[in-house]
Amino acid sequence: MIKEISNEELETLVSLIHRQYGYDFSDYARSSLKRRFQRFMGYAYIGGVNELSDRLLQDATFFERMAQFITVNVTEMFRDPLFYKTLKDLVLPRLATYPTIKIWHAGCATGEEVFSMIILLQEAGLLERCRIYATDLNAVSLLKAEKALIPLKCMKDYTQNYLQAGGMEDFSSYYTADDEHAVIHSALRRNIVFFQHNLVTDQVFNEFQLICCRNVFIYFNRQLQDRVLRLFYDSLAPLGYLALGLKESMMFSEESIRFEAVSAVHKIFRRKS
Amino acid sequence: MQIPSPYDMIAIGGSAGSLPVLAELLEQLPVSIDCTMMIIVHRLKNVPSDLDRLLSLKAPITEPEDKQPVLSRRIYLAPQNYHLLIETDGTFALDYSEPLHYSRPSIDVSFASVAAAYGPRALGILLSGASKDGAAGMQQIIAAGGTGIVQDPASALFDTMPLAALELCPEAQPMSITDMVHFLTELKMSAEHDQ
Ligand SMILES: C[S@@+](CC[C@H](N)C(=O)[O-])C[C@H]1O[C@@H](n2cnc3c(N)ncnc32)[C@H](O)[C@@H]1O
Repeated sequence: MIKEISNEELETLVSLIHRQYGYDFSDYARSSLKRRFQRFMGYAYIGGVNELSDRLLQDATFFERMAQFITVNVTEMFRDPLFYKTLKDLVLPRLATYPTIKIWHAGCATGEEVFSMIILLQEAGLLERCRIYATDLNAVSLLKAEKALIPLKCMKDYTQNYLQAGGMEDFSSYYTADDEHAVIHSALRRNIVFFQHNLVTDQVFNEFQLICCRNVFIYFNRQLQDRVLRLFYDSLAPLGYLALGLKESMMFSEESIRFEAVSAVHKIFRRKS
Repeated sequence: MQIPSPYDMIAIGGSAGSLPVLAELLEQLPVSIDCTMMIIVHRLKNVPSDLDRLLSLKAPITEPEDKQPVLSRRIYLAPQNYHLLIETDGTFALDYSEPLHYSRPSIDVSFASVAAAYGPRALGILLSGASKDGAAGMQQIIAAGGTGIVQDPASALFDTMPLAALELCPEAQPMSITDMVHFLTELKMSAEHDQ
């Protein structure tokens, strides 16, 4: 078993990374960040925090590998099917009233959430009118997202999710499959742009009718959550929608007064006025 | 003389075959132990679960959300598809990193964070299960000065989990369900003795 990283050691690592590479993890939730460092050390056969610090100071490629590892990029298509169903029932009819619909997926990882959204929009007849901006901190995930390659072994689960989400078509009509991957049809993807955006440091870049930021807040502490909520508020059109992850709450934030809940269970909110 | 309840956190983990045991434990449990209880059981993902409803019949149970404060005299259930952690500032933190032992929530993950947050004031309990999840976490609870209890393997529907824990943690005490209820009731009585 690898020795527990102490709180002081964690702070040392975080400030080393900030100084050397400009990535600021100081407002990330402590318990899971610690766990990620710990897991990475196991994975990379690093015996202790001193060795880890030394490697980080000397080897930028090693840092890139670690950054990959600690920014969790786990994701799914139609994850939480009932969330998508609610989106379709409560939000899409309102979005349909706009001539152009702008959507931001913040923290899109390898894109599965975005691909789910375009299928939903396609079935609602809205995809044509949408501009979709999908961003993440992690450049390697974004490269994968652009290729829209989805491990074939996951497609069975995703088909299940799609049906539970109220999908109306044959799910396999949205992709072509080779031995290992399903590729989402490029025609469906033509209104998506993927690019790097760091929620900690980067600014508002457009105005949106809907922002999806699911399962990213759980990695942030309260101060950072508040800051990013302000960024989202400023990036939303009046009455624009914000969707968070199923277990992410606004209840513990001061910013909550500027939003109202559209579905408290599925964590869909709306900017007041 | 004051004998305060020795634990602030009772963390219970289980997998296959643990539900009936858990229901029995909750049913017989003194409701008002002055500490927090946290349950981590392996569940299917993206399937609306009857588990919380089933357990809620016995006692009010909540699935915590991220950053929710951890309160005493409450029972919390780890939500499906997330790891459940505790921050040192006394709030819950959820984590969506990869499953451990094919499980998310993983008992090891929660137990490790309970060990770090509560030290000697943590009690870990492992029930029936066909997985080794939880053993390493229990080792961490015990190493931090906490206490470990394991369902007596002979009475467990699946003994892999209790056996793995006993093998890794010789200090953990095997107990029958009746003994566990007894142990927990004693906690309550010594706590009541205070008042
Ligand atoms: C668990 S994934 C969520 C993926 C997807 N939204 C979902 O719910 O399935 C979390 C993502 O947040 C990204 N992330 C972490 N910190 C970030 C930051 N400061 N700015 C932008 N993205 C960030 C990670 O790179 C990762 O891809």
